[in-house]
Amino acid sequence: MKHTLAVLVENRPGVLTHISGLISRRAFNIESIAAGYTEEPETTRITIVVEGNEIEQEQVVNQLSKLVDVIKISDLTAVDSIQRELVLIKVKASMETRSDILNIVDIFRARIVDVNRETMVIELSGDETKIDALCQVLEDDHGIIEIVRTGKIALARGPIPAKDQ
Amino acid sequence: MKLTGAEAIIESLKNEKVDVVFGYPGGAVLTLYDALYQADFRHILTKHEQGAVHAADGYARATGKVGVVIATSGPGATNLVTGIATAYMDSIPLVAITGQVAVPLIGRDSFQEADIRGITTPITKHNYLVKKVEDLPRVLKEAFYIARTGRPGPVVVDVAKDVFAASLDYQYPQEVKLRGYRPLFAGNSDTIDKVFQELKLAQKPLIFIGGGVNLSDSSEVLKDLIAQTGFPVISTLMGLGSLPFDHPQFLGMVGMHGTYAANMATTECDLMLGIGVRFDDRVTGLLSEFASKAKIIHFDIDPAEINKNVLAHLRVVGDLNWSLPALLQQVEVVSSELKEQVQPWIEKVLDWQRENPLTYEHDTELVMPQAVIEKVSELTQGDAVIVTDVGQHQMWVAQYYGFRNPRSFLTSGGLGTMGYGLPAALGAQCGLPERPVILFVGDGGIMMNCQELATAANYNFPVKVLIFNNQSLGMVAQWQRMFYGGRYSHTSLKGQHTDFVKLAEAMGVTGLRVTKPEELGIVLAEALATPGPVVVDIRTPETVDLLPMVPTGARLDQMIMGGTEG
Repeated sequence: MKHTLAVLVENRPGVLTHISGLISRRAFNIESIAAGYTEEPETTRITIVVEGNEIEQEQVVNQLSKLVDVIKISDLTAVDSIQRELVLIKVKASMETRSDILNIVDIFRARIVDVNRETMVIELSGDETKIDALCQVLEDDHGIIEIVRTGKIALARGPIPAKDQ
Repeated sequence: MKLTGAEAIIESLKNEKVDVVFGYPGGAVLTLYDALYQADFRHILTKHEQGAVHAADGYARATGKVGVVIATSGPGATNLVTGIATAYMDSIPLVAITGQVAVPLIGRDSFQEADIRGITTPITKHNYLVKKVEDLPRVLKEAFYIARTGRPGPVVVDVAKDVFAASLDYQYPQEVKLRGYRPLFAGNSDTIDKVFQELKLAQKPLIFIGGGVNLSDSSEVLKDLIAQTGFPVISTLMGLGSLPFDHPQFLGMVGMHGTYAANMATTECDLMLGIGVRFDDRVTGLLSEFASKAKIIHFDIDPAEINKNVLAHLRVVGDLNWSLPALLQQVEVVSSELKEQVQPWIEKVLDWQRENPLTYEHDTELVMPQAVIEKVSELTQGDAVIVTDVGQHQMWVAQYYGFRNPRSFLTSGGLGTMGYGLPAALGAQCGLPERPVILFVGDGGIMMNCQELATAANYNFPVKVLIFNNQSLGMVAQWQRMFYGGRYSHTSLKGQHTDFVKLAEAMGVTGLRVTKPEELGIVLAEALATPGPVVVDIRTPETVDLLPMVPTGARLDQMIMGGTEG
C-alpha cells in the first residue's frame, strides 16, 4: 500500500542529496517527493509517498530517521489528514474548442491561468484521482501538450503539528 | 582567541583528545599542513591516502578512539573512498578531513576538484562541506560526536582551501545541538521484561553475538549473562574476541565458513538472542531458512537494523551497556532454573562440537596455512592484536587463531577490502605501541598496499607481516574450482617474479622465508623476536580448500564439511 510521510529536515545544503541518495541506494519505491520551507525558516518539510508493505515502509522510516539532518518523520497515512497535489496542464485549444474546455474546467473546479491562440493552461489542486480524471478527459478530447505535477503534500487535521506528534 | 581555520582544526583535534592523525599532504591542505608543522602535531605520513585511511581505521578498531585522516582535494579525497566504505560497513568511528578547492572555484571543474561530499554520501554516517570559517568549530564538534556515538561510523569534513587561511574568533562548543540526531542509550524497559519471559520458556536458546559487542566494549557484562543463563553462544566474524574462544559454552563462528556446531545450533534453536548483529548474508545462508524454528530477539543500537534482513519477534533497541545489564539483573534470580532447563540442549550442542571439530589435512612436506595460524597462536598465547587482509587466510584466522580479547581481531568484514590489512596493522601498532601486532595476508592482498611497508620501516612500527604465499588468489580460485569447472581465470600467480623478502628489504623491512614445515616454528619465533617490522614469506600449498563451507543460497545445515584429522 501507499504511505504518506511528512519528513521534517534541517534546511541545510545537501539535505535533499542525502535523502534522495538514501532512497535510491536502498532501492525504496518512492512515488513522489515534494519539499518546501515551513513556518520555521530553518526547517524544510518534505512529503514523501512511498509504495510498499508494512516492513518496507518501516525500513524507509528507520533509514531516513538515521540521517542526521532528519528531525522528525510522521506517517500521515493512518491519521486524518488533508492531502493535495497541484497540477498545471497545457492543453491544445482552438477558438472552437475553448468553450468545451471551459466547461470541463468548471466541472472540476479548476482554473484557467493562461490562454493564447493555440493553447490554454489549466491549474488544479486536489487529490491524485481527481487530477488523473481531469488529465484523462483533456487528453482524450483535446490533447495535452505538457503537464507538471508537484507531488502530494499533506497536513494532519487538528491542532497538533507533525513535529510534536 | 583569534585563529586561522587551519589552527582552529588543530585546536579542535586537541579538544577531542586526538593525539595522532594519518594523512598525506597536497595543494588544498597546504595551510593545514603548515599549521600541523607549527603545532608539532603528531602526523603519520603514509605512502598513499588509502594507506592513511585504513591506518586510521585500524587505530580506531584497536584503541576504541576515533581515527583521524587528512587528505587533499580531488584525487587525495577520492583515494579515501575505499577506506571510508570499509569503515562504514563495519561501523568504525573515523573523521576524514579533506581539502576542497577554494570557495570561488567550487563547481567549476577546477584543478583537483572532486565533489567528495557527493561521492561519500552513501558511505558515511554524515558529511559536511565547510565554506565559512566560523562554521568549523561547530562542524568538528558535531563530526566527532556523530562518529563516536550511537552506532559509530565515518564522517567526512570537506573544507574549502580558503577556509583554512581565513581567521575566526575561536571557541570550541561545549555541546552539540543536533535536532535530528539523538543517539539513544536506554530503550524501553518493558521489552526487557518480555525478553525475560521468552528466556524462561525457551528449551533450545542460543546467544548470537556480533561486532556490536566489540564496538560497545560490553563483553564483560555479556560474559556474566552467558554465565548466568548457561546458554550456548555463537559469533559472527566481527564478534570474535568478545568471548574467549575456549569458553565452555562457545561454539565458534557461524555462517558460510562457520563451525558445524554453530550452524546446527542456529538451525535447531527455538530462541535466538541476536546481540549487536546485522544478519549479514554471509551469516544467514538462505535467508528464509535461517533459524527458522526460532523466535528471534534482536538487540541493537540502530533501529534500522531491526527487520532489515531477518524479522524479529522482539526488538531491544538501545546501547548494549543498557540492555545487557538490565536483562542480567532479571536473569540472575532464576539462573539455576534456566541452566537446568537448557541442560539437554547444551549437552546436544556440545556433542556436535566435540564430534565435529574444525580439522585440516596435516602434512609433513607442505606448510599448511592452518598450521601457521595455530603456531602463531601458540607463540603469542592468543594474546596478540591480529590483523588480516581478505580471503581464505582471513577465514582460517577466524577459525584457528583462538581469540581471547575484545578488539584483538581487526578485519574488513562487511566490505571485504583486499589491501586493508597492512595499513590497518600499522594504525593498530601506532595506537598500541606495546602490544604485538601480527598481520596475516595473502600474496594477492599484500600487493594492493605493499607501499606501506616503507611506512612501517620509516616509523619503525614493529608489525609482523606473515604472507601466505600460495601463488594464487586462493578464495576466488576455490570458487572457480567448486563452481566454475576449475577454470582458473586470472587467479594463478604462478610464475610471477615478486620476491617478498627482497621487496621487504628494499623498503627497509627485515625479510624472512619459510618453505618447509620444520622451519616454521624457528622462523616465526625469530620474526617475533626481531625488533622492528618483519615480513615472512611463507610458501603454502596452492590448492587448499577453506572448509566447512555453506554454498551461496544453501541452508546453514547444508555445509560442505571436509578435512580429515591426519
